[in-house]
Amino acid sequence: MAAPVVAERTEAGVARGDASAPASRVMHGRATPYLFLLPYLAIFTVFGLLPVALGVWISLHQWDFQLPNTPFVGVDNYKELFSSDSLVFSDWWQSIRATAIFTVASVPLLVVLPLGIALMLHRRFPGRTFFRAVFFAPYVLGVAVIGLLWRFLLDANLGFVNFVLGAVGLPQHTAWVTSTPWAWVSLVGVTVWWTSGFNAVIYLAGLQDIPAELYEAATMDGATAWDKFRHVTLPGLRPVLLFVITTTILASANMFGQSYLITQGAPGTETRTVVAYIVALGIGQNDAGRAAAMSITLTIMLIIVSLANFRLFRYRED
Amino acid sequence: MTSNHGDMSRRHLLGLGLGVGAAATLGLAGCGGGSDSKGSTASGNGGKDYTGPKVDLKLWNGFTGGDGDIFKKLVDQFNSEHNNIAVTVATYQWDDYYAKLPGAVSSGNGPDIAVMHMDMLATFAARKVIQPLDDVAGALGLTENDFAPTVWKGGIYQDKRYGIPLDMHPVGFYYNKTLMQKAGLDPSKPPQSRADLEAALAALKKAGIQGFWISPFQFTGGMTGYSLVYQFGGSLYNDDATKATFNEDPAVEAVSWLTKLVADGHSPKNVGQDADYLALKSGKNAFNVNGIWQINDLKKSAGLEWGVAPVPQIGQKKAVWANSHNFTIVQQRRADANKVGGSKVFINWLSQHSLDWAAGGQVPARKSVREDSKFAALTDVNTLAAELPDAAFPPALPGIGDVTTLFYTAFNEAVLGKKTPKQALDDGVAKANKLLEDNRKKYGS
Repeated sequence: MAAPVVAERTEAGVARGDASAPASRVMHGRATPYLFLLPYLAIFTVFGLLPVALGVWISLHQWDFQLPNTPFVGVDNYKELFSSDSLVFSDWWQSIRATAIFTVASVPLLVVLPLGIALMLHRRFPGRTFFRAVFFAPYVLGVAVIGLLWRFLLDANLGFVNFVLGAVGLPQHTAWVTSTPWAWVSLVGVTVWWTSGFNAVIYLAGLQDIPAELYEAATMDGATAWDKFRHVTLPGLRPVLLFVITTTILASANMFGQSYLITQGAPGTETRTVVAYIVALGIGQNDAGRAAAMSITLTIMLIIVSLANFRLFRYRED
Repeated sequence: MTSNHGDMSRRHLLGLGLGVGAAATLGLAGCGGGSDSKGSTASGNGGKDYTGPKVDLKLWNGFTGGDGDIFKKLVDQFNSEHNNIAVTVATYQWDDYYAKLPGAVSSGNGPDIAVMHMDMLATFAARKVIQPLDDVAGALGLTENDFAPTVWKGGIYQDKRYGIPLDMHPVGFYYNKTLMQKAGLDPSKPPQSRADLEAALAALKKAGIQGFWISPFQFTGGMTGYSLVYQFGGSLYNDDATKATFNEDPAVEAVSWLTKLVADGHSPKNVGQDADYLALKSGKNAFNVNGIWQINDLKKSAGLEWGVAPVPQIGQKKAVWANSHNFTIVQQRRADANKVGGSKVFINWLSQHSLDWAAGGQVPARKSVREDSKFAALTDVNTLAAELPDAAFPPALPGIGDVTTLFYTAFNEAVLGKKTPKQALDDGVAKANKLLEDNRKKYGS
């Protein structure tokens, strides 16, 4: 899966190092690149591959870290996820549903809004640095801080949000954290407020990489502001956009802290996300086998989504 | 890390040269070292004294409220009285604490002493996170007569004792006196019966006050629901906790009584976590069933006129949710007899000082301490101690906490109006019975 980002960098590298490349290839043995890769490979193996392999192994057992017996159950933990009479079936699919709702609702906003912010902050105006800091500021707060903060701000009966809404004559009894769909509005809203700054910074870096000459040329050709955005900015941002969309989908699909702290899964377990359920099962109930099976199933689902995402972008490129 | 290393070499020395006999003459209590001691009852004198080399003990608890400070003061006092034992305290949120403990223990970074709720003891004993301490109970001369029977029996798993009860903490009925006055009620007479409470709520409603906010969350709306289930003659489980029974008529009746408060406008809809209690403090809510641990917090609230009484009897009998904190000794990967000996001395000492702990807003577990005249002087705590004969403690069974969570989820759905009480509780019980069966397979009980 060579992302366009990588592809472009390689091209640039080849172009720059053209003259010296053949000479160095002669100087060194075939093992050289692998030797350079070795330190990372070692770290990746210990902290990446082995835990994944162990996770797969655990998912084939009824596994409690503390119990002496961890009976092998084959693929039972996976089968359970798809058989409607099992203990975990309804909770699992409900949590998948919660994650899907959150992802579908939050990703478009988290992709589009930060782009708008970045375009604004890319212009020159007095106080630009200040505003850049302001938009990025929420992101530096930990999830525990923003979670507690918003839980109290959004409280249906004592919260500041409903107080302000009431003061300006709007409905003041909205249950922001204990009823759907309002809980989703809250979770998506808080997440957008919290993480938009991060995506905006990525976009900003991308915008600064687009050569000014392209805009000049477009101006000479009589392009309008929209034309420039459509035909210069967006194509120039494509690799950045792919990165932002992919990481935002993954981040949203892994949402945990916000619902854990703000809604606590309420009403009932309706806003409990997959990751929150996996944590509750694996760490809360010490049912690591089932939790591992769910993690791996979730991973496979996310790989499929990411692949589709890459496919889509490559298709557009052609 | 360095101290771990030190322990190891000391253990090796013992094993190599001195032998177990020498260890015994040194007066070391507890297991002889090595993993073979797992599950065996510790020898020694059960914590009467400790004369070995200086040990550093780590203690974990979840006392994040005002009780935490009082606990630390007690530990400081203990440390100053014992120059060969130094206890350091780490405090976590209970939820995080229980999640963190097994991992810490299996990686060798766990505490030596852990404070635990009685309904968690069996789970952690079955998972070999904590070790038996029958000898401490023996040395302390503790017998069932000195405790509430459920609490005493709750510390036993497979015929061995794993917990020394420190306190008991029921929920109580807190009331805002200013609001009661506003509604023309006598603040010196908090409602104690169903008729009184319903009359008081009607009076409050007339004065424009929503008098009894019902939180849909475990803390503490769910605990109110738990209490009422037992008041209406029901229970969460059958006698041996093999079947969940919280969808039977009494439970449905109890939960329906609470959801009706919301429907009748005595409680706002969608009460948030802690909002019921905060509203009591800010003069919006007249009544709140909450834990005994809030007494100290309310004492600090200047200008608030409040009182606490036993939970009113709504159903056919009196009953309240209650739980108990217990001391446990953590099972180490590398057992250290000195540390176990020191830990037992600490538990012994604190149990004898549990009257001071009562100032933390908890009822001492020992009857003899409760009968002390100094305890009678703690008026508010004492008011709630009167509830203890009617306390409905959770059953002691491995994995039971996870099952009880399903009752709280059902309660949440019912109070938020997502499902009827009957439907929510039926769904909860169906899941609970599956989980109970799963637990039986897992823990082999």
